[in-house]
Amino acid sequence: MSQVFPKKLDGVLRIGCFITALMFLFVLLTLIGLTRSSWVTGENRFTEQPIPFSHRHHAGELQIDCRYCHTSVETSAQAGLPPTETCMTCHSQLYTQDEVTAPIRRSWTEDKPIRWKRVIELPDFVYFAHNVHVNNGVACTECHGRVDRMPLMSQAHHYTMGWCLECHKDPARRLRPEEEVFSPEWSPPDHQQREEIAEFLMKKYDVELSRLTECSSCHR
Amino acid sequence: MSSKVDKVERHSHPPDPVVGGGLSGADVVDDISAHVLTDRLGQIWWVALGCSLLLLTVFAISVAVLLWKGVGVWGIHDTVGWGLAITNFVWWIGIGHAGTFISAFLLLMSQGWRTSINRFAEGMTLLAVACAGVFPLLHLGRPWLFYWLMPYPNRMALWPQWRSPLIWDFVAVSTYGSVSLLFWYLGLVPDLAAVRDRATGRKKKVYALLCLGWRGSAYHWSYHQRAYLILAALATPLVVSVHSIVSLDFSVAILPGWHSTIFPPYFVAGAILSGFAMVITLAVPLRAWMKLENYITLKHLENSAKLMLITSFIVTYGYASEIFFGWWSGEVFHMAHLKHLFTGAYSPLWFVVLLCNSILPQLLWWRKFRTSPWALFWLSLAVNVGMWGERYIIVVGTLYKDYLPSAWRLYHATIWDWGLFLGTFGLFGSLFLLFIRYVPVISIHEMVELIKEDKE
Repeated sequence: MSQVFPKKLDGVLRIGCFITALMFLFVLLTLIGLTRSSWVTGENRFTEQPIPFSHRHHAGELQIDCRYCHTSVETSAQAGLPPTETCMTCHSQLYTQDEVTAPIRRSWTEDKPIRWKRVIELPDFVYFAHNVHVNNGVACTECHGRVDRMPLMSQAHHYTMGWCLECHKDPARRLRPEEEVFSPEWSPPDHQQREEIAEFLMKKYDVELSRLTECSSCHR
Repeated sequence: MSSKVDKVERHSHPPDPVVGGGLSGADVVDDISAHVLTDRLGQIWWVALGCSLLLLTVFAISVAVLLWKGVGVWGIHDTVGWGLAITNFVWWIGIGHAGTFISAFLLLMSQGWRTSINRFAEGMTLLAVACAGVFPLLHLGRPWLFYWLMPYPNRMALWPQWRSPLIWDFVAVSTYGSVSLLFWYLGLVPDLAAVRDRATGRKKKVYALLCLGWRGSAYHWSYHQRAYLILAALATPLVVSVHSIVSLDFSVAILPGWHSTIFPPYFVAGAILSGFAMVITLAVPLRAWMKLENYITLKHLENSAKLMLITSFIVTYGYASEIFFGWWSGEVFHMAHLKHLFTGAYSPLWFVVLLCNSILPQLLWWRKFRTSPWALFWLSLAVNVGMWGERYIIVVGTLYKDYLPSAWRLYHATIWDWGLFLGTFGLFGSLFLLFIRYVPVISIHEMVELIKEDKE
């Protein structure tokens, strides 16, 4: 019985199957890569604000404490954004004629709050509590990065669940003593004592590892 | 509607031949491929396809409404979280088991008689798995996230919960589906070549492509035989494993009526019982319609009937042990569960289950009954109903009265529950009709082999 198709079709079919499999793999890898790319996660993305507020200037050069503006960080889930009054504590005296600070004065005179834009947007089903973290030795910079070096605020990390879990599974080496939580930078006095301090801090803050990876710790 | 051929054959035993009519190998090839290449099925096929497509539309609408509005359109609630969907899933997947039992298990056991029914039983398996798969997928609520059931590199750094039987279920059913598909297709390749050799025009090209250039050389046969046996060996454990794992979905939970070690064998037996019932339900009309009496002989029906009788006993044993151990435990909720079984809201269905699965199959003790195709057909329908009822009793009958009496609540399936269930018959029917029209419904090469072996 003669064959219906020429012999070379066999090769074409095989190559076709191979290419299909390869394409499938390619699409899969692309999707896996894409979900991790900054294009999707927004890592390093700057958010345009009504005032080009510089954390580098205020927190870095002037060394104003984080809590001066983000007042509720130790007592509430939300760190809080400063009202215009906070800005005016200094800017009623400083740069009072500058173009850059004009929106503050307008907000003050019109009694309308400044509409700051959210930089890090977590999904609604995630309950992140600022107070729990800063009261248990997790420094601001652990999640927000070196804010004191950012002229404009950007996302320091990709803030995926995997990223959160990295620390939730192994928090010991990321903990700091109470008095260092709001410092931009800290390293333990003697580098060799790192493990020892980590162990001490885990006990001090009474960190229960198994509870850190329970679903309901973050998803309620 | 007992045809003449039946009567002739019934008087001609013992023994019933595996292949009737004194057919030669060439006759078989011509006859079966003619089913595919000429329009022998006539108008009834179109009418049947039309009805199936109508049901398929019901399926499409039910799925669309569910996706649009969510699982709230179903009758499930906090107390009975698994309703018709899980009942249907277990029922359909159980039906598939007979196909694998026939094609793989009986192949390894060198049971020659399996040959003529294995092809359509495998087809039945594939389609039943497809229908079954629909339900848990839609039951997820957000079916588009079904891939969360798979372990894959994700941004959440999460694995599936390996301690949950639901993930075992996902793995078991997807393995079952893919092995069944491979097994079915591998067996088809030489037959598609036989059809190709007799086809003309565009059909010839399609079948030539599908049979992957099969030339029937000794090399081809030797590789084919080996691959087929290996796949059979792989598929055989699946006969036992898939429904065992489905049963663990229930028995791992600590609810009375579920938490029982008898569940895996009891479920497997139930699966094979319902599977063989479905084989008979399909085979009896099919052999009359397609005139396959020479291939699907009374011997096949009788053997299937015997398997039904055996598995009916195992299933009945399962019922008895459940009742016995409930009583033996003396535990309040377990005793209450038994009481509800016999006197509760769903007790009428429970008696139907007992009638269909335990009492009616006793008719199969009589050879006369086992060799009357249409009597078997009606019995198999009853068993199909009974097995569906059993799954309903297991799912709903346990859940509706749990450990918290204030939460006790009846379950009422809504129109969309029934729509989806009815719709899967449309899915099954349409695909099965296409299958019997365009694919050799009897394994040609294995039939020819069987005839040759018979003569030697």
